Amino acid sequence: MSEIAKIVDRVKSGKSSAMEEVKAALRRAEDHEGYNIFINMTSERALGRAREIDKKLIKGEDVGALAGVPFAVKDNYLTFGAPTTAAAKMLESFDAPLQATAVEKLEAEGAICIGKTNLDAYAHGGSTENSYFGPTLNAVDKTRVAGGSSGGSAVAVALGIVPFALGSDTGGSIRQPASFNGVVGIKPTYGTVSRYGVVAMASSTDVMGCFTKEVADSELVMSIMAGHDERDGTTLPNSPLQVPYLQKGKMKVGIIKDCMGDGVDTEVKAATEQYVKKLTDAGHSVSEVSLPMYKYALAIYYIVVPAEVCSNLARYDGIRYGYRDGKTLSDVFGKSRDGGFMPENKRRIMIGNYVLSSGFFDAYYLQAQKARTLLINEYDKAFKDHDVLLSPVAPNPAFKLGENTADPLKMYLEDIMTVPPSLAGLPAFSVPAGKTKAGLPVGVQLIGKRKCDAQLFALAKEME
Amino acid sequence: MATPEQLAKYEMTIGIECHVQLNTRTKLFSGVDNDAREREPNTVVSPVDYALPGTLPILNREAVDKAILAGAALGSKIANVSRFDRKHYFYPDLPKGYQISQMYQPIIGAGVVDVYDFATGETSQVRIEHAHLEEDAGKLSHASGYSLVDLNRCGTPLIEIVSMPDIHSSTQAKNYAATLHRLMVYAGVTNGDLYHGNMRFDVNISCAPKGSKQLGTRSEVKNLNSFKSVQAAADFEFNRQVELLEAGKKVNQETRGWDEAKQKTTSQRSKEYAQDYRYMPDPDIPPVVLSDEHIAEVASRVPTMPHQYRASWESMNLDSSVVESLLDNPRLANKLTQVLDGSSAKLAARVAHWFTLVLATDSELDDEKVVAVPTEHLVELATMADQAELSSTAAKDVFIKLGGSKTPRQLAKEMNLLQVSDTGEIEKIVDEVLALPEASQAVADIKAGEFKAVGFLVGLVMKHSKGKANPGLAQQVIREKLR
Repeated sequence: MSEIAKIVDRVKSGKSSAMEEVKAALRRAEDHEGYNIFINMTSERALGRAREIDKKLIKGEDVGALAGVPFAVKDNYLTFGAPTTAAAKMLESFDAPLQATAVEKLEAEGAICIGKTNLDAYAHGGSTENSYFGPTLNAVDKTRVAGGSSGGSAVAVALGIVPFALGSDTGGSIRQPASFNGVVGIKPTYGTVSRYGVVAMASSTDVMGCFTKEVADSELVMSIMAGHDERDGTTLPNSPLQVPYLQKGKMKVGIIKDCMGDGVDTEVKAATEQYVKKLTDAGHSVSEVSLPMYKYALAIYYIVVPAEVCSNLARYDGIRYGYRDGKTLSDVFGKSRDGGFMPENKRRIMIGNYVLSSGFFDAYYLQAQKARTLLINEYDKAFKDHDVLLSPVAPNPAFKLGENTADPLKMYLEDIMTVPPSLAGLPAFSVPAGKTKAGLPVGVQLIGKRKCDAQLFALAKEME
Repeated sequence: MATPEQLAKYEMTIGIECHVQLNTRTKLFSGVDNDAREREPNTVVSPVDYALPGTLPILNREAVDKAILAGAALGSKIANVSRFDRKHYFYPDLPKGYQISQMYQPIIGAGVVDVYDFATGETSQVRIEHAHLEEDAGKLSHASGYSLVDLNRCGTPLIEIVSMPDIHSSTQAKNYAATLHRLMVYAGVTNGDLYHGNMRFDVNISCAPKGSKQLGTRSEVKNLNSFKSVQAAADFEFNRQVELLEAGKKVNQETRGWDEAKQKTTSQRSKEYAQDYRYMPDPDIPPVVLSDEHIAEVASRVPTMPHQYRASWESMNLDSSVVESLLDNPRLANKLTQVLDGSSAKLAARVAHWFTLVLATDSELDDEKVVAVPTEHLVELATMADQAELSSTAAKDVFIKLGGSKTPRQLAKEMNLLQVSDTGEIEKIVDEVLALPEASQAVADIKAGEFKAVGFLVGLVMKHSKGKANPGLAQQVIREKLR
């Protein structure tokens, strides 16, 4: 039985209660305070919901597939019970009047959110060091980063505080911290889960996903979160997760050669090769595949995404909600944004505005979108001969706190393997592949065809 | 002021951008009520309009269909694929920090509008460059030391109709604005209430020496909300620009506002301070894909247009002022056409004149009620008037009472307005009149061959019959009796 199934079984059979599960999770969170995992706890609301669920259980009412299961939510999802900060001073005391669709769906099945986890402010970053509330520490080595931007959620699952936690992934923000902390991280096909009620980073690559220890738990959580939402026009009409994967037999796996060259840590390569061996041992065929457009992916990403970022952050103007400073109109705009955003936010706003400026739009934004189409075409070609593509998640295991903060470019390079599937909207899972000699977790990335998430789940479960 | 001689040396060139508020049930991208009239500020605002974090726009399909209707009325091709873009600028009435508009692939393509000259009855053509869907912003009101933001209007669907610079007089500019208003109201896409800002005009105007192939530097007068102000602003700007040019100065490319009280334009923002809107395709909204079948189906709902009415009404020989005032009310225009189709030009012309009564400013008649009157009742009443069963005054009185279950004949009888057309009856009345002492002089005159006095006797007959005698018949009887 998976971890979530065990909890549901305990709660439904009366061996435990929603209240006991929530209290235990809150205690575990408290025990790990030093990791700086949570920005705010939603204890009061969680206890109230647990009480309600227990009452229903006594009355014999249906309490859903996640009855009494505590979970944690990245603090860019709007929720009740605590402010939604996006780890930025701008929203430090923003109380959301609505909840994200994904959270609503999980609550409808009886899951209970116990707290809001740390992230890089507005999800800008790959280490959770860009948080206004300080960095989250790595679950395995406290001198190292948790990865990011969904660092808090990854560590919360890795340390067993909650059986699952929600993240968002724009260019690797679920997959990379999953790899750094040794847990499963799911980025579904773009449009699988509603983005409604999640603070937008880059609308064309933002996807909502989760962290768990076991693949089966991820599959359960994702199947609940997935589905068309009339409040998000980019959700798919039919969820790829509600269609079971039926194809039996062995798969053709392509290992992306462009991700196994120079600049990739030898222990990361070794772990990846170990996973490949497991695949072949299980009877799957593995062959090399080359995707030359990969070398442009980071350049494409750091044009398209900042453009969308600067646009999506334009609403934080100090007028209606959020941090506000200044007296006159231009003063309020200027000072509120200057004081409310973190340096990395400002860097991306600057890049975004630059590439959208009149005279530069064609040369940067349009050119990047054209290159993006070429990358997608290359994937399509690769998927003619392969069911699944495989690469490391990141070129290195978790790095030291502060190691990359002075060099934004070096930090961006950590995204080099996670960014391409994001640009193409493909499902990409990060699953544990092994450990370095120092004991640092290393993950491998499984990339599927668009809307073939079920196939990835099948393979990941088999190889677990 | 430039002199008439100076003005005569130049030609003005005008292009107009017109914003039309669509009368959809809900806003363009959120599910809340689109009609914010008489509502408290900030009470018709959804989380999407308020731009809360994480909220997303969902395109209102009704607005898309209204855009198709508007495009059909403009004679434009509708795009099978159109897209939305973000136009960025910071302002307190723009919560998202960008306006969702259509920069690169608008829904409505090029078209042509036949501009009707309301004074001469002639038409001229103005080409439409394109028209696109976009959302309206909120409203600011400025007090001393602070400003208030009302987001009720935020997210109201607009179509912006962009004309080519085909307009060359302030009168043509006014007529273009009025013609567009007619087209959009007829297409049923807007309430057309200018007072509430349902249609707003930005006038781009430049002037150049007559015969010059090159256009002058333009200024843009923004946010005009009446046809009169379009004309006045164009006149003022032409004058101002000619004055500058005649003085050897340059016209600045700038945005100007219209001061309605002072009837003048004032500088608001010059080109050096022009915004860079940093347009970007909106990744939240999938492209609008329309099949030819859907476009044709929606476009087929476009009703008869004013120029078509004008053409079909020619047989009635109505005064153009009557035609234009009836065209102001599409429902009456439609009803009149039904009457015309169900009778003759002569009868329909009578009905047309009664309809103008409805439009009189002090009228107590309700157009809704008049439109509901069965066409055959209107035809019957017109026939009765035509055949002199009713005097024209009596016919109007009956018209006012129409709308119930009673036929015009029943009403006329009840109101005792039917004219006496029975020869025997008339003869009786004439005999009585001829015997009156005040008739004696006239009778003598007629017998002496002075037929002018017949009219006087007819008048006496009418008076004696309390207006019910058929005057034509009375005249005939009098002539016969005094032959």
